[in-house]
Amino acid sequence: MRLWPRRHRHDPLVCREFVELVTDYLDGALPESERRRFEAHLAQCDGCDGYLEDTRRLVTTLQATPPPPADPATREALLSAFRELRGES
Amino acid sequence: MRLRAGDEAAFEALVSQHDAALHRVARTFVPTQALADDVVQETWLAVIRGLDRFEGRSSLRTWIFTILANRARTRAVREARNLPFSSLGEPEGPTVDPAAFGSDGTWRSAPPRLDCDPESNLLTMELRAHILDAVDELPDHMRAVITLRDIAGLSPEEVCDILEISDGNQRVILHRARAKVRTALRPIVEVSA
Ligand SMILES: [Zn+2]
Repeated sequence: MRLWPRRHRHDPLVCREFVELVTDYLDGALPESERRRFEAHLAQCDGCDGYLEDTRRLVTTLQATPPPPADPATREALLSAFRELRGES
Repeated sequence: MRLRAGDEAAFEALVSQHDAALHRVARTFVPTQALADDVVQETWLAVIRGLDRFEGRSSLRTWIFTILANRARTRAVREARNLPFSSLGEPEGPTVDPAAFGSDGTWRSAPPRLDCDPESNLLTMELRAHILDAVDELPDHMRAVITLRDIAGLSPEEVCDILEISDGNQRVILHRARAKVRTALRPIVEVSA
């Protein structure tokens, strides 16, 4: 499905294309030439710079969000299973 | 290895670290929370029993999540449930509302930012309070991938192995998942603004 007119590979990136490449970029999965186009756009577009920054923050925030504590009864059951199965070894 | 020697504190730390993510991933395979709880409990027991056989060829967390995924798949098949990755016929569409861009493809106006706490450089506490709810609202396959990649912090390779999907696939799914979470957080920003 084509959402907008085809553009050439050497054309500069536009914002609409940029936002669909942020995950590939952050994973280091863009081919070298694409990465250069991406960074060239990034350097001159505040909107996209903010969009990328927010994506980074979203990811670091997810990683920094403490997991809810395990249910105490389950936790105790697991610990006693651990004791029983491994304690004597 | 301290765990193998029966170090209870090490095991407790392992449970604290991974239990919630295991539940979240298990729930993407099976239809109820109760079944997911069973799968996670089976996984921990298998981990305890299997520590002697764990050879350290993969990381401990990859090994644990692989046990979980295998058990969850078995359970899903028994429950006659479609696996989360069995049909990925999702329509390919943009992740940002096309109306945000002009006909030349540039932002009509700078996109709204997510509020952040300048000290920690993380999203604000208010957004953080909603972020896991936003993840829980995602379709199964997106929830599985974003939980493993962004919450549990696993590498793309680890996620592909555990979920048995291709590298390209996991990245496309992750991209859509992050965009959806971001969109879900936006109204909160706007209401509080
Ligand atoms: Zn731009």
